[in-house]
Amino acid sequence: MSPTAVRPVRIIVAKVGLDGHDRGVKVVARALRDAGYEVIYTGLRQTPEMVVDAALQEDAQVIGLSIHSGAHMTLFPAVVQELKRRKATDIVVFGGGIIPDDDIATLKKQGVEKLFTPGTPLQEIVDWLRQRFPAEPA
Amino acid sequence: MVGSELNEGDLADRFRAGDVRALARAISLVERRDPSVRELEQSVRAQRRAPGVVGFTGAPGTGKSTLVDGVVALLRKHESSVAVLATDPNSPFTGGAILGDRIRMQRHALDPKVFIRSMGARGHLGGLSLATREAIRLLGAFGFDEVILETVGVGQSELEVAAVADTTVVVLTPNLGDGVQMIKAGILEIADVFVVNKADLEGHVRVVAELRSMLSLAPKGQWKPPILATIAAKQEGIEELWAAVLSHRQHLESSGRARELAAQRLKDETAEAAAEIARDRVRRSLSEDPALAERLLAEGTPYQTAEEILDRGR
Amino acid sequence: MKVRARDTKQAWKEDFEGSPARDDGIETSTISGIPLQPLYTADDLPRRPEELPGQFPYTRGIHPSGYRGRLWTMRQFSGFATAEETNRRYKYLLANGQTGLSVAFDMPTLMGQDSDAPTSRGEIGHCGVAIDSLADMETLFDGIPLGDITTSMTINSPAAILLCMYIAVAEEQGVPASRLGGTLQNDILKEFIAQKEFIFPPAPSMRLVVDSIEYCAKEVPQWNTISISGYHIREAGSTAAQELAFTLADGMAYVDACLERGMRIDDFAPRLSFFFDAHIDFFEEIAKFRAARRIWARWMRERYGAQSERSWKLRFHTQTAGVSLTAQQPELNIARTAIEALAAVLGGTQSLHTNAMDEVLALPTDKSARIALRTQQLIAYESGVANTIDPLGGSYFIEALTDEMERQAEVYFKRIEDLGGVIPAIEASFFQKEIADSAFQYQRELDQKRRIMVGVNDFTVDDEVPIEILRIDPRLEAEQVARVREVRRKRDQARCSKALTGLRKAAAGSDNMMPYILEAVRAYATEGEIMKTMIEVFGTYTEQAVV
Repeated sequence: MSPTAVRPVRIIVAKVGLDGHDRGVKVVARALRDAGYEVIYTGLRQTPEMVVDAALQEDAQVIGLSIHSGAHMTLFPAVVQELKRRKATDIVVFGGGIIPDDDIATLKKQGVEKLFTPGTPLQEIVDWLRQRFPAEPA
Repeated sequence: MVGSELNEGDLADRFRAGDVRALARAISLVERRDPSVRELEQSVRAQRRAPGVVGFTGAPGTGKSTLVDGVVALLRKHESSVAVLATDPNSPFTGGAILGDRIRMQRHALDPKVFIRSMGARGHLGGLSLATREAIRLLGAFGFDEVILETVGVGQSELEVAAVADTTVVVLTPNLGDGVQMIKAGILEIADVFVVNKADLEGHVRVVAELRSMLSLAPKGQWKPPILATIAAKQEGIEELWAAVLSHRQHLESSGRARELAAQRLKDETAEAAAEIARDRVRRSLSEDPALAERLLAEGTPYQTAEEILDRGR
Repeated sequence: MKVRARDTKQAWKEDFEGSPARDDGIETSTISGIPLQPLYTADDLPRRPEELPGQFPYTRGIHPSGYRGRLWTMRQFSGFATAEETNRRYKYLLANGQTGLSVAFDMPTLMGQDSDAPTSRGEIGHCGVAIDSLADMETLFDGIPLGDITTSMTINSPAAILLCMYIAVAEEQGVPASRLGGTLQNDILKEFIAQKEFIFPPAPSMRLVVDSIEYCAKEVPQWNTISISGYHIREAGSTAAQELAFTLADGMAYVDACLERGMRIDDFAPRLSFFFDAHIDFFEEIAKFRAARRIWARWMRERYGAQSERSWKLRFHTQTAGVSLTAQQPELNIARTAIEALAAVLGGTQSLHTNAMDEVLALPTDKSARIALRTQQLIAYESGVANTIDPLGGSYFIEALTDEMERQAEVYFKRIEDLGGVIPAIEASFFQKEIADSAFQYQRELDQKRRIMVGVNDFTVDDEVPIEILRIDPRLEAEQVARVREVRRKRDQARCSKALTGLRKAAAGSDNMMPYILEAVRAYATEGEIMKTMIEVFGTYTEQAVV
């Protein structure tokens, strides 16, 4: 109604895979909150189906995945596939974790838009989101 | 939006076809007070059913989400479909929020008859109850039997939500010393059912006793809020809790209070909607009419200016 | 004389303040945020009777002879892919002078599920070795005499099952349980606090831990039944003081639980062991290790009334900090690890794992694993630091920092006690929030360049040459799935289901579950089946997430 209203960007932040290392995902969630985003944190050990289901119900524009177990080559593409199956490929997927360079290239080809490795400054993630989702009029 | 698979044009069709994403998008529109949703609302009016609406409120750490999770499980056992709207406060400084209520309800994650939506209470300025009312109507039209509203029992949001729920459940625990807080926040007045959760902890008898004596001082109404003990983590006391909710619902029906409330709510909502429309119109006039805005600043006459704008008609 | 002394110190102070200060905006506090003076002097030395190694409260070490008597155990944590591959790596490490084994399990094993569970997809053999049943354990230790080596197993929720598998393999080798030496991590509290690999709720989880401690006290007396771990707490982002305090508080919670079971303190306390992180802030780490020994000794003697000196002595394993490693310019990790390992040695560790430079990227290659081990050998045999016992004892700075660590830990003990103890504090998300706050604070400092990680937020290079890393052959996953299915097909089904029924009854009752688990293991029940049996009785746990 107010012409200046901006569509808030809602981000699903999820830990996929079996590991419980949530240090990174929590730090990123806080940084995104502080940057003004609405972060829906889904907790540990989410399957690709659960992540996509949450993204649909929450009407999120972005899914951020974190993993430290080494199963990213299986689980990240599985999330993208599930988005395809649910006809929601407009939802942007990014990921973070210990991911070797070769894998990053492969994952990008498979539809994961951006990958952040350990040591990435928080601001870099925020800047990428800002550029990817410039303030949209509601 | 680039590459969107969900065009707002076919939102209504997809909503009627039972597409969860269309429902979710419609709730987003409602949340950010986007009038384009009215068209959808109009087109699904025929499908409208009034779901049962139960609000759960309590301080952080009282185990609300676990309790709601238990209630959802029970309702699913009864084959009712359930939607949960969980409201968390946004940061007043950045507008950002971390919404984490889904975590406790994971076992329902892939159940198509359960819908969970996290809402930030972001800058709604009283719009939260409007958004919630509209969301409930959408959920009803989509086919949900029950809607559970979950709010953190601090501040304004739970009062707004209580005004929307048919039955408000206030959750307390023995160990958080919320006896005192509760009176401060005036939560006593909004409670239809009290739950003392974590009843396996020391001190729960004391909390129940305190509540009893406080309730005995309260003005006598027709409905006497029952006090129930639960251990949500062990799923104990959930059936009794739901029975109490149903008995309150029954009371509302049989006493005629349900109809009164429904009527009152429609009137309230209309008044709130009017305020929203008026506020919006005034803001737009002031931004579109610099001369008017300048005069307002020069003369310092907000009321007069407001009336003038509203009198102009459309 | 006194007046003169003050004058010299005053003069130094004036000189110091008159000198130009570095103006780079970088914090001068420890990495955990403890403010540091630029100089420590005799004035900072605490007044107390002289402390000596091998004497209460063991600040200077638990052995009177330090490393003069015996060096620390060089125990490299490893495991990957299948039992067969890992067995080969173990033989390689033993041939290269490693003195003990340390088993890393893959995520499905750590989470108590079999390789053919749907959620095991993509996880098999990645973080460690996949073990589904006794058959895999037999392969893992094939040709390795369990009576002659000690083995550490890093596993928690399903720890009791893996220990039983180890006992069963030893039986087959003809080695009685009473001769087995090693360590089981078995520390479920830090899982709730930090690493989050929990399965059952806290109460049955604690029961299982106490069951294993009680069982081992009788049947496997040389086994370290638990390795109370600060490592994961630190890696999750805590400060050094939080690591110290939360770990020791966990230790006391285990002691309380065992006493409640009716055990006598001196019957189990000597077999409790600890596991700490060695982070990059050199002196802070050394102070942490020294403070840990002193606090534990005091608590054991004064609060719990332990009579045996062995109960007072805190023994610990150390691993260099995984979080300090960088994917950028990974060769630098060799230097980081060397500094951290040196801190662990100067802090008097009993055993040590040094990380390989590529561990931040993937599992270590043979070469990087060897360099990591060689780093320890270099400290032990070239540097000369092992020749003097607690060489930093009496240092103005180290002694003051040790006391500061102790003081901060005591503050935390009080806060935990006020919350009703460790488990209520977990349920109130106290630890989780403290750790998340510290992690966020540190990340902020990095972002603001108030802390420097070389190669990450300063001294970066543009053209990084990727280093060679070890990859897991995806075919191994299918093979492991086939293997577990074959085990299920071939075993004596009647014996297996009888064993599981027995375990279910034991879990629902109050018997010690260990003999029942052992029988299920011997009957080739899989890890997943055994866990599922217990889950039916105990349920599972979901944490309240604090972000």
